[in-house]
Parts: sequence; C-alpha cells; structure tokens
Amino acid sequence: MNSFFERRYVIAGIFIAIVVVLLARLFYIQIVDPKYAIYAGKNVLRQTIIYPARGPILDRNGKVLVQNEPFYDIMVTPREVKPFDTVEFCKLLGIDKDGFNKRWVKAWKNGPTHESIFEKQLTAQTYASVSERLSEFPGFSAITRYLRNYPDSVAAQFLGYIGEVQPNVIASSGGYYHSGDFIGITGVEKSYENVLRGQRGVSNQMVDSRGRLKGKFANGLYDTAAVPGQRLTSSLDITIQKLGEKLMQNKVGSIVAIEPSTGEILAYVSSPTYNPNLMVGRERGNNSAKMYADVYNPLFVRPVQAKYPPGSSFKPLSALIALQEGIITPQTTYYCPGYFQAGNRRVKCNNGEAHGLVNLSSAVAESCNGYFSMVFQKIIEHNGIKQTEATYTDWRNNVKKFGLGSRLDLDVPGESRGNVPTPLYYDNQYRKGGWRASTILSLAIGQGELLATPLQMANLECTIANHGYYYKPHLVKAIGTKNVIKEEYKLRNYVGIDSGYFEPVINGMQAVVERGTGIRSKIPGIIMCGKTGTAQNHGGEAHSVFVAFAPRENPKIAIAVVVENSGEGAHWAAPIASFIVEQYLRGSISPRESGITVDYFANANRLPDSALYYNRFKRKVSPKDTAKQKADTMKKPIKGLKGASRQNKKDSSTRLLAVLPKRKHDK
Amino acid sequence: MINSQRSFFFNVDWVTVFIFLCLCTIGWFNIHAAVFDERYPSIIDAHTNYGKQFTFIVVSIVVGGIILLLESRFITALAPAFYIITLLLLAIVLVVGRNVGGNQAWINMGGGFKLQPSEFAKFATCLLLARYLSGPNIRVAEPKAFAIAVAIIGVPMFLIMLQPDMGSTLVFLSLVFVLYREGLSPYFLIIGALFIALFVTSILFPPLAVIGVIVAITLAVVGLFRRNKKVVYTMLTGLAICVVFVFSVKFIYNSVLKPHQKVRIDIILGIKSDLRGKGYNLNQSKIAIGSGKMWGKGYLKGTQTKYSFVPEQSTDFIFCTVGEEWGFAGSLTVLGLYLFLVLRLIFIAERQRSPFSRIYAYGVASVIFFHVMINIGMTIGLVPVIGIPLPFISYGGSSLLSFTILLFVLLKLDSNRMGIV
Repeated sequence: MNSFFERRYVIAGIFIAIVVVLLARLFYIQIVDPKYAIYAGKNVLRQTIIYPARGPILDRNGKVLVQNEPFYDIMVTPREVKPFDTVEFCKLLGIDKDGFNKRWVKAWKNGPTHESIFEKQLTAQTYASVSERLSEFPGFSAITRYLRNYPDSVAAQFLGYIGEVQPNVIASSGGYYHSGDFIGITGVEKSYENVLRGQRGVSNQMVDSRGRLKGKFANGLYDTAAVPGQRLTSSLDITIQKLGEKLMQNKVGSIVAIEPSTGEILAYVSSPTYNPNLMVGRERGNNSAKMYADVYNPLFVRPVQAKYPPGSSFKPLSALIALQEGIITPQTTYYCPGYFQAGNRRVKCNNGEAHGLVNLSSAVAESCNGYFSMVFQKIIEHNGIKQTEATYTDWRNNVKKFGLGSRLDLDVPGESRGNVPTPLYYDNQYRKGGWRASTILSLAIGQGELLATPLQMANLECTIANHGYYYKPHLVKAIGTKNVIKEEYKLRNYVGIDSGYFEPVINGMQAVVERGTGIRSKIPGIIMCGKTGTAQNHGGEAHSVFVAFAPRENPKIAIAVVVENSGEGAHWAAPIASFIVEQYLRGSISPRESGITVDYFANANRLPDSALYYNRFKRKVSPKDTAKQKADTMKKPIKGLKGASRQNKKDSSTRLLAVLPKRKHDK
Repeated sequence: MINSQRSFFFNVDWVTVFIFLCLCTIGWFNIHAAVFDERYPSIIDAHTNYGKQFTFIVVSIVVGGIILLLESRFITALAPAFYIITLLLLAIVLVVGRNVGGNQAWINMGGGFKLQPSEFAKFATCLLLARYLSGPNIRVAEPKAFAIAVAIIGVPMFLIMLQPDMGSTLVFLSLVFVLYREGLSPYFLIIGALFIALFVTSILFPPLAVIGVIVAITLAVVGLFRRNKKVVYTMLTGLAICVVFVFSVKFIYNSVLKPHQKVRIDIILGIKSDLRGKGYNLNQSKIAIGSGKMWGKGYLKGTQTKYSFVPEQSTDFIFCTVGEEWGFAGSLTVLGLYLFLVLRLIFIAERQRSPFSRIYAYGVASVIFFHVMINIGMTIGLVPVIGIPLPFISYGGSSLLSFTILLFVLLKLDSNRMGIV
C-alpha cells in the first residue's frame, strides 16, 4: 500500500462506467431496437416459389388441345463441381468441348457459388439418359420446367396464349404475381386464368452468407405445396375444328358451330390462323411481331371480333318478327318483279332476278329481297308513318332479343357487340322524324348498319333450331375433374317468338338447301336447314355468308360461316358449312351430287387483295389514310357496311351516342 | 516442504480461478457454436477448432498449475529475461513471421501450431514494469522514472506497431492505469480523454467550429479565474496545443492512418456506411447480437453464426455468438464475469504487501479490461473495428495461453502475498 491507495476507486469506477456503457448499448440493440432481428431473418431466409403445373385444356371428347410439356434445365454450381470425365458428360448432353467451356465460363462468371443454367430445355427423351447418370457429376442438377405444348396446333384464337405478366397486373394482383411469372394474355388462357394457374407453393429455406442452401426453415412448418391448375374441358370438337381450319386456309373469315341443345360451341375457327406453338418460349416475341405485321392479322379473333353485315342470312329473323307481330302470315304473298319499290327507292333482288309470286317459305328459299323489303316496310309503317320511330324501336328490341347488337357474354375475352342501329343514330344521320321505312330499307335484307359477329349469327341459328330460345354459347363445358357446368349455361333464353311461327320459316330454310340458293351444299341423307347470305360491303367483293342448322328434327349443330370477299354465300360459305355439318353428324364426308370436295375448298385461295385488305383492315392508319377514310364516311353515311373494317372515329363516336338512350331505356 | 506446498494451494484465490474456468468454458461452447461442423459434431473432435480449443484449455490449465508450483522469486528474477526474449521474438517475427490477414504476427512452430509473440509481450511488459516501478526510490511522477516506464511500455509497442498490429499496440496504452495508480498525475488521464474527444469532434465537425467552441470555453474559464495567473497560463497553453492538435487531426487522419483504419473510424462515427464492403463485419455483427433479444436463439441455433454471416466469428467476433445464441442474458453474464474479474484483480492488487505484485496485478487488470472493452465495443459498434481477442473466450492457443500465464503468475504472486518478495 502506498499513498495513492484511493486511486483504486477511480480505476474501478472507470471500469464500471465503461461496462455500464457497453451494457446500455447491448440493451439497446438486443432489446429496444427490433430491426436487427428482422435483418437476421432476411439474411437467412430464402423463399422459393414452387410453380404449379398449369391446367391442360381438352376438347369435348377428352382429346388434348394444350398440355404441359416438361423440359429439363441442367443447372450447375461451379464451386461444388468435382473433377469429372468431361468427354463423357459432353456426350451425354450432346454438346462439344467448346460448347462445354463456353457454358462453364458463363456459369463461373455468374457466380461460383450460384446455381446457373448450364443447358436449357432438354426434352424428355434426352433427359431420360442424362438423369440416370447425373448423380455421377456432383455440382450438376436438373430442374423441371413446363412449357405449353399444342399437340394438334389447332384453335389458336380460342386457346390464346400465356406470357410474362405486365407490371400493372403485378401491382393490382395483391402480391400474387411476381415479375417473370406467366399469365394468360388472350383467349381461354386469359378468361380461365384463375382456374388454370393453380396455386403456388412456397418453400422456406435457409441460406448461409454465400447463398448456399442450408435446409428447411423451421422444418418446413411454413411451407406450402403447389396445387396444380385445374383441367378445362372445352366444348370444341377437335375433328371439326381441324376440318374447319383446313377448309378456311388461304381464306379470311370465320366458322362458328354451336350445339343448339346446350349452347356449347363445337367449332371456333378464325382464319387465317397460326400455330399456337409459335407463341411459346423465347421466340414468342419475334413470332407475335410477325403476326402483328401480317396484313390479314391472324391474332384477330374473327368469330367474336369481326363484324359483318349478315346479309340475307338475316331474312329468317325478319320473317319471324313479322309473324310474331301479326304483320304477315305464312300465306302472305308478294309478286316480285325483281325489285321492291319504296317511294323513290328501289331494292333489287339478287342479279335482278324476278321471282314472281312468292310466299314466305319460297321467299326464304329464293332469298327474295323484294318480299322481305315489303315485310319490313309493313312492320315499320303499320302504325302509320308518324310512328316510324316507335315501331322501329319495337322492331329493334325484337332483333336484340336474338342476341344481336350486344355481347353474348362468351367465356373468352374480346367479344364485339355487333350493331343494330338505334333510332338516335338515324336521327343524327338525317334529322328527327326525317327517316322512314324506305330510308332504312336495307335493314330488311341484313344490310345497312346491321352488323353481327359470326358467333351471333350461329347463335341465331340455334334459336331457330330450338324454336325460340338459345342457351348462352360457351367454350368451356367443364372445369376440373368434376365437370362442373355453370348454372347460367343451363338457362334457356327465350327470344319472344312463339314456337309455332318457326315451322314456315324452317320450311323455307330447308328449301334453301334442297332446291334454293344453297343447293350445292345439300348433304345426302341429312336434312339441313340453312340460309345463304351475300353481304355487300364497301371493302371489295361481298362476303360469302351461310348459316344453317341440322338435322331438321332434333338439331345437333347450328353453324355460321363467313368467307370474306368471296361473293355469294352459296358458292363458298355454304359448301364449307355442309362439310362441317356432315363431318360432325356422320363422322365422315360422303360424295356430293354437285361434285364438290373438301380438297377443292381447302386448296382454293380466296385471300382478298392484300393491298386492298391492308387499307381497310390495318389498325394503325397513317394520318393521310385516316383523313381519306373520314372523307369517305362523310360522303356516304348510311351505306357503312363495315365488315371487319376498322371503325373510324366518326363511327365510334356515333355508336357511343347511340348507347346512351339504350341504357336509359333499359332502366 | 509438504506444509508449504499445501499452503501455496491453500492461498490460491479460487474465486479468480473459478471465473477463469467459467470464461474458458463459455468460450469453448461458443466456439463450438460459431464454427460448428456437421461432420464433426462432437465438441472435443480434434478435427475442428472447438476440439483444438479444448486442447488449449487443458494445456492452459496444466501450465497454470505449473506456474502455481513455481517459486515466486524465480518469476521476479526472470522478469528482465522474459522481456528481452519477447523483444527478440518481436524482432524475429518481423523477419520470419507468417503473414496472417495483413499482420506479420505469427511464428510457425511446426505441428500446426503458431506462436504470436505480441500476446506474450503484454505479460513480459507488465512484469518488467512491475519490477522497475517497485524498485527503491522510484516515483513515477519524476520525469526520469516516468521516461523509463514509458520506454519499457513503448519499445514492444513500437515493434508490434511495425507488424503492424494496431490492436495489440493499443493494448499497451491501458498500462496508463498502472502508472496512474502508482502516482502519475490524473491530468494524464483527463488530458488523454480530452484528446480522444477532440479527435472525434475534429473529424465530425469543421476545425474552425471546434476551435471556436474551445476558445469560448477557455475564455469562460480564464474569465472566472482571471486572478489566478497559473490557471490563466495553463488554459492559454492548453488552448494553443488544442488549436495545433485540431489542425493536425486532419493530417493524422489522412496521412498517418491507413485507409482501412480511416474507413473503420468513419463507419463507427456514422460518416460512411458501406454495409456490403468495409462495414459488412460490423453490420452483420450488430445483426447477430441484436437478433438475440432477451434470451437468445439457443445453443447452436444462431442463424447468423451458423451460416457464417459474421466473419472471424470464433476469434475477434466471438461475442456475436454469445449475443445471438444467449441474448442479453448471456451478454450480461459475460460482461458481469469480466467486471467481477477485474474488480477482483484490483482487490487482489490492493491486498499485496509487495509493490511488485500490486503493480503487476494492476497491469493484468488493465490489459484484460482493455481487451474486453475494445473487443465488445467493436462488435456492437461503439469502437472502430480493431482486431484483438476477447480474453479466455476467443479461439486461439497463443491468446489463451498468454492470458492464462498473465493471470496465473498473478495468482502465484498472490498466493505468496504473506511472504516478502
């Protein structure tokens, strides 16, 4: 001991003070501040999403339309690779030494402890031999991925395609989608996305500071398994779908066939079509760009997006409404001089042919324009000229009951409404009260501003086949293994025509095929009831239209065929329809009296002149073109038979206006 | 003879031995957790560092026992020899040393064991310092004695600085507590603390602002004591030195310090944040300790530790494992043990009759405490990252053995406290 004895308290005091400071700091970071625990969790936890296999899509008989094809990616973690026989390995993968070195260097650059793709998309066959021996090569592993695969390459527009999800969808998905995920972009893939995608699983794993996996987090307590997407059974019949696509090749147009007793769509052909396998994988971008550039736009879903004047195929509907309204009876006759004169307007029959005395059935069979113009005028003017607007509105409502002018609520996206012009539209075109039956007479024969999609036309035939009602047309008949059918598809939608009025019209339609305009499409031994249409449009030659159902008793199929710019319905659409109907009903195609064959139609090229088609169809119109089109529309405002043509600005704005009073009326 | 043997062991301070054993065991288990290898799960498996540490602990206990059997006089007499041998080793290591992590601090002894002379330099320096200061008529407050004492501390310090091992170098500064206890003016401590504060503030704030504040304080004090000429002159001299110092800080900081040292200081002061690069260690270390919460994640369950997010986790950053797996409770226990140990050492020091033992005891307490303060302070971001081990806990034979020798020599001296050395 010496005189500085007390200093030990100072030293001890300093020691204690410093320890207190350390403890205070420890207390703060260990107990007060929660962020370190969170960071530690983030450090160590790696969530991997386990992707479920997307549901397959089948045709109505269980044949596969789209499935998942497994591909195998060989992965490598360079650090974990032990010396091995590279020659043997290259042989196994089917690559050469240079290829091996290139891949190796790339993987190494990607990070020695990182798992990188070594070889992409091995097919199942190649992988079979690789998988047996993969364990001999430590550091290499394989992961399974799935790509969409279309074994028969059919029904592309129906199926649609999948692609990487867009940022805005990710944002609004509530965390379901992540960048790089796939999502249905069009077609069934889009509308049934929630069913097809299945449910993702999550695997929580722990990683060390270098990102190497170190086993399951909490023994997999928070892991969830992936649930595969459900299977969809579509209503399509792959046989007639394929036949339809074959018949429509080198033509622009569409075929829609529906089973009248269920509303199930049997064929959904959009032509030109494309091979859906092109919309898979890394080449999708290039391929879809090519398709966008295609003048005839194969991505356009013509069965629901193209709008055509129904032309004469509309006549049965005209007749039915007139019968229901009591304006005519089946016995009502008209003496056809080859035209119908309404005021100073004259509606000519096809080719100016004089049909002489016609009744309802023969008018349908002969497609007499004069008769139906007469009927239309009677309907519109039966309460006097002053009531034109009211009677027209009644007539329009009756037409709309058949599903025209509004969406049929199909279970794939992109449906167009078609068009049944509103009174307001005519008020704008002329002036209020300034139009009458004679002004809008072209509606009588399915021309004028009347536009329908092939789906609407086919649905119309269903309604006739069913004598007064239709089931909502739909493309998916069952979801999953339980064949769940939506309730809404079991409901009959009545169109407000008594079933008794259908017989005379159907008689006429039977006559069309048996001895009328559609005689070339007569099917031996099957009674088909149909109606040809020659839809005039100002985009070139008329569209060839044919609608039908068969057999007459207990109909099994209703069909609408449109071949753009191919002239008379009898020449192209009707025979094509007859082949599909026969194939569906009989399972084969018999020789025809008229000598027509499937091959002839399949090989015929009816593509419209591409320059012409381009001008009226393409979506991006140069300013010059727009100006020209506008000028055209101004000049002849009512003969706007647009067909598949792009609606120009004026048109769409008037359509917008036309919607307003309709909505009011609905309320 | 038998009697005296018994009395040696009878007089050993078993409390200290108990704390020593506690710390060694804690270290061993935490090393097991820190470098756990699934292939060799056993804590005594010789393939692993925890297995090796077990060997080191056994060896250390044996060495400690041997020391207790030695004659005290032997230790005192050999103090200069130890010192000279250490200096030689420190010189040799500069030539033939193995470079580990930028420090030329290791001599390869063969058989996989390496010797770190700087660890033993602490012991030798304490011993010689005690020997010198306990001499007759030596008073630290006198310039000559002070100069010699500083030289005894300074020479090994300088040699270690050449390695360069900044951590071990700084440890020698802790011996200022010994000098203080032996009569050095308290101003040394106060001025030392002031300069550290000044250094930090000068880095953080512009020099003119710092000087402004100092001038204001000086003027206030001078104003208060203006009648006392001595105070006025002292303050003015101090002011002049401070001004020079503040301006030289930037220079020291930029030219004398190595870039990595500069960055470590910047990080601790919050000037820089480089979580992926230079600041990675500290950040991960804080995450490890902070995520332990109150009770920790449990033995062998620390994810930061197990998955090697913290570098150097069995040596300098071993405290991360303590904090992560045992939580605040574990941190408190370990810090408590250390505090208890150093206070016990001060208690032991003060009960010595011989100045030699007392001075040596203070040396031991200061060195151990300095290690603890810097090491733990560094893992929780209070002190710049300086690589020095946590006594008795960090992995490493040299470190453990040298601390054991340091401690047990004291226990030997203490057990003999009734005798005259």
